[in-house]
Amino acid sequence: MQPDISVKNLNKIYEGGFQALKNINLEINRGEIFALLGPNGAGKTTMISIICGIANMTSGEVRAGGYDIIKDYRKARSTIGLVPQELNTDSFETVWNAVSFSRGLFGKAPKPAHIEKVLRDLSLWDKRNNRIMTLSGGMKRRLMIAKALSHEPRILFLDEPTAGVDVELRRDMWEMVRKLREDGVTIILTTHYIEEAEEMADRIGVIRQGEIILVEDKSQLMSKLGKKELRLQLQNKLDEVPSELKTEPVELSEDGYELIYTFDSQQEQAGVARLLRTLGDIGVDYRDLRTRESSLEDIFVGLVHEQATKG
Amino acid sequence: MNFYGVKAIYNFEMSRMRRTLMQSVLSPVISTCLYFVVFGSAIGSRMGDIDNIAYGAYIIPGLVMLSLLMQSISNASFGIYMPKFSGTIYEVLSAPVSYVEVVLGYVGAAATKSVILGLIILATARLFVDYSILHPFWMLSFLILTAVTFSLFGFIIGIWADGFEKLQIVPMMIVTPLTFLGGTFYSIDMLPEIWQTISLFNPVVYLISGFRWAFYGVSDVHIGISVGMTLLFLFACMAGIWWIFKTGYRLRT
Repeated sequence: MQPDISVKNLNKIYEGGFQALKNINLEINRGEIFALLGPNGAGKTTMISIICGIANMTSGEVRAGGYDIIKDYRKARSTIGLVPQELNTDSFETVWNAVSFSRGLFGKAPKPAHIEKVLRDLSLWDKRNNRIMTLSGGMKRRLMIAKALSHEPRILFLDEPTAGVDVELRRDMWEMVRKLREDGVTIILTTHYIEEAEEMADRIGVIRQGEIILVEDKSQLMSKLGKKELRLQLQNKLDEVPSELKTEPVELSEDGYELIYTFDSQQEQAGVARLLRTLGDIGVDYRDLRTRESSLEDIFVGLVHEQATKG
Repeated sequence: MNFYGVKAIYNFEMSRMRRTLMQSVLSPVISTCLYFVVFGSAIGSRMGDIDNIAYGAYIIPGLVMLSLLMQSISNASFGIYMPKFSGTIYEVLSAPVSYVEVVLGYVGAAATKSVILGLIILATARLFVDYSILHPFWMLSFLILTAVTFSLFGFIIGIWADGFEKLQIVPMMIVTPLTFLGGTFYSIDMLPEIWQTISLFNPVVYLISGFRWAFYGVSDVHIGISVGMTLLFLFACMAGIWWIFKTGYRLRT
């Protein structure tokens, strides 16, 4: 099956000479949720902008829905719905008019039933006659999604959809994205939040300084990324890791006063309890314990480091 | 052709005008009325006829042109500048619309508004001054041609502008002087010879002269030259817009 989005040798060099994207190659399959992770300024939004037609590429080839985004731009763009990162909306239009405008702009005949469905799904139906400037931030965010869905796209880009969104709304959004996927919509989402990617995505791509450094299945990646660390501060110095713990991933700190247990989040329930029980059994006392989760930053650094040593 | 896309942009712009009726219709009508009162009735009654036309009537075509130019530029420049400013332009750029369709939507709406406004001002003028229109067809054609041309010009300004100041500067610093010196209030025959020659470099002279010819059959320059110059400016603006979209100037990075 041909991919819904195919990016080949994509480069973007801005006028000042800054290279925002370096030879990007990426394929996104029909009906999957693809999460693009990366720190600020990594090139996520630039890449999305190019695919959606907002920015020009320097070189490369991009297809959306099977159509070349330059030669066949009408067909390519018709397949795409974009929810940009910034809350850019008109202030004076009503919700209904704004969403209808988007549908018309994308060349679709009016279909009030569809607009109604979209607004109901996003809990905006009651607000349909309100001016946009009277909406809260969360409602504006949903309005942006409604506009993107107004023309029934088969590919949806969500650029940081949950930035600055409260927990409840975030859950609702995840729910909505899943529903869209069930309807066969391909979803590409960018995020800083690893838990969001973990919650939603089928596959994850990591972009850093304009390069895609990794594309992997979520489950495989999560076992790699979801590392946790338990540090036990001991009452008495140890010379070596007790033999009972040799089979566990336990290390001793250099000064001998700390035991460090590394585990991934899937094992956490069983592993930590077993370790603590064993320590009790063999009579190793500890004063304090703390756990630490690898932050996204650690993960990026880790990944990039790994990439560098591989290369 | 994305007909629905053009219609969406056109309707959006027209509804913007309905929302801002005070600013986009009432205020130019009031300021033009003031001109009629001051120059038409008060001062005009002490002035002699020009080309056998009462002064009050003589200035009507020029005053309509003045509003038409200013409003076409401001409508079209605001129309495209605002989405750039608020960021909503992303939607137009990512939509399956060609640049011809974008221009049709924005410039079409701006020109429509200006033509409606021009007609309202003409009707209002009737309350103050008696006038006749010798060539109604040509009058309307000139009105539409000028509205389209200057809406295109406004569209270019709206894309070029990266701040509100720049948006105002061209209409205030260039178009207003050119209109006042373009024969709104006088025939350029009344100027010293050197200024007559200089005036011929002012494109607005041709617009006002041609428009006045449509009313009264008298003109400063030949009607053919007026039409030709207006078309020339129209094509120049079209070329400018073609270049903007081809290079993505200030639209696509």
